[in-house]
Amino acid sequence: MGTFLQAITDGVLQGGVYGLMAVGLTLIFGVLDLINIAQGILVVLGAYLSYVLWTHLHIDVFVGLLITIPAMFILGVGIQYLFIRPLRGRERTSMSLLACYAVAIIIEGILYQIFGSNYVSINDYWTSPQAEFKVFGYYLPYIYLLGFALAVIFVVAIYLMLYRTQFGRSVRATMQDHTAARLIGIDVNRVAALTFGIGVGVTAAGGMVFGTLNTFNPNTGYDLISRLLAIVILGGMGSIGGALGASVLVITLASLVDVYWNPEWSTVVFYGALVLVLVFRPQGLFGRKEARAQ
Amino acid sequence: MRPAALWRPAGLVVLLAAAAVIPLAKNVTITHVGVFVLLYVGAAVAWNIFSGFTGYISLGAAVFFGTGVYTVALLSKHLNLAGGVVFALYPLAGLVAAVVAVPFGLIALRVRRHTFVVVTIAVFFIFQLMASNFSWTGGTTGIFPPFLNWDPATYDMPFYYTALIIAVASAVLAWAIWGSRFGLQLRAIRDDEDRARGLGVKTMRVKLTAFVISGFITGVLGGLYFYFQSEALPQYAFNPFFDLTIALMAFLGGFGTLSGPIFGALLLEPYLGYAQFQVSNAYVAEGVLGALFLVVIIFLPRGILPTVGEKLTALRASRQRRAAERATGPPPVPPAGATVAGSAAGPGARGAS
Repeated sequence: MGTFLQAITDGVLQGGVYGLMAVGLTLIFGVLDLINIAQGILVVLGAYLSYVLWTHLHIDVFVGLLITIPAMFILGVGIQYLFIRPLRGRERTSMSLLACYAVAIIIEGILYQIFGSNYVSINDYWTSPQAEFKVFGYYLPYIYLLGFALAVIFVVAIYLMLYRTQFGRSVRATMQDHTAARLIGIDVNRVAALTFGIGVGVTAAGGMVFGTLNTFNPNTGYDLISRLLAIVILGGMGSIGGALGASVLVITLASLVDVYWNPEWSTVVFYGALVLVLVFRPQGLFGRKEARAQ
Repeated sequence: MRPAALWRPAGLVVLLAAAAVIPLAKNVTITHVGVFVLLYVGAAVAWNIFSGFTGYISLGAAVFFGTGVYTVALLSKHLNLAGGVVFALYPLAGLVAAVVAVPFGLIALRVRRHTFVVVTIAVFFIFQLMASNFSWTGGTTGIFPPFLNWDPATYDMPFYYTALIIAVASAVLAWAIWGSRFGLQLRAIRDDEDRARGLGVKTMRVKLTAFVISGFITGVLGGLYFYFQSEALPQYAFNPFFDLTIALMAFLGGFGTLSGPIFGALLLEPYLGYAQFQVSNAYVAEGVLGALFLVVIIFLPRGILPTVGEKLTALRASRQRRAAERATGPPPVPPAGATVAGSAAGPGARGAS
């Protein structure tokens, strides 16, 4: 029973962190109609930024977010401005996906160049044994709770931004109908750039928590992006609540398989669930049918 | 026949002749890179038969490639095969890949656009995970073929010519499909799938057929890879880089055209092969590939061949117009000769370029 509870707790708490990364992805998809395939490597980049700030400057990872989040935001806006905005024409959707893939490869190459292929992790106070507390007879590291809290704060902030601000209104209008949004005077390009920036900016927070909980190298980006894509599709593309729900669900499932069966197979169960959902409910668990048909 | 119409067959003959004599130079490096070039020509053409013609971008071609690699690897391991007989296994590798393509296609082809791309990526990762986690695939240590007692100087020759035959056969097949009723149905799906279905195209069946054909060719190439590289490792047999590279080749040359993928592969793979041999750090080469990709997508979104083809057609049309003007003086009516030539060259050039 203890193992079961622990697996569930791990799943829910880690699911929140994946949810944060997935929300960035699904937000970008909803507004720009593009799958940011670079999201995985950007999370890894965020993790490396926190790692560098901690290892070389001894800045606590949570304080470091004050630097890494704006940095990733600017990077996101830059990517959108330079490589996504100029794309035009009938194959725009596929092109933008491939452009993101190209950006991912470049970042991966640069990370390999700087850090090599050795696995690293952020070994600060939060990963030390002191930063744990005992609950129902097993140890739970604080970072799990703090990471989850961070994810919740960010998701709530994004939610409030979308539903309580003028900018959020523009974002939602753009998600519903690009042309109509443009016609009523919304600067769609600006909305797209800022959304891309926000979607990439949250990877700094996600990457920080991920890097504290796991070891990573530049290749980790592939593993991450495939998980995130599975989550986003499960949740229904473009649905923010769906992304959060699906990630908690699926990470808990993977965590259970991890404990009761074999850690190596937990990822397969993940994709298996994805395939099953697509066969029986192609729009995702929480998605509307043909939400963004074109 | 206009002289311009002779250029294309003449170019093809020169290209084929060059491809046939390259290994005779007995340069081991060139032949080795040459096998890779031909392998990628075949794979890019196969990818294009499905993705280029239907517009469904698949990033799961490595599933078929890896299936081919492992089919040949497992068969030769359990049947203790070695030597020339392994070439007979290649069609079998293709068949197994084609069998895999059926359920894969039935699941993935239910969804479109982004979701399709993502599903192909997901299936790809499932296969890679299976290859590295099952015990019968050799896990992460992979499978290595028995040592082939061939002369190292000419070791790659049989692979070279086999790859050449496969590449040429796939190009011919792509050409045959392009003009056929089946090819027209595929292109109708690319233009507007719902309308195509409304007009009576059995879209699922047509898409799946193209997917399976594409999978078969890629599987055969994977079979070739096993003895050529003497390894079946999960990370190289099921390589995400493979998916991306062939997509880039097709986009570079001209997405959805006949010669585009061939041209793209011929242009790109020598660089990649060379980079593997010469550049001490493969990651630099990887970064350059990504940057090149971005340049192509932004500045040549339709690929090199279609863009150049359009420029040539425009140039030819304006030259003919000027010639007509010189002969008859400034024409009061639109020049008939120029428009006829233009329309004759226009769709024809685009269709076959």
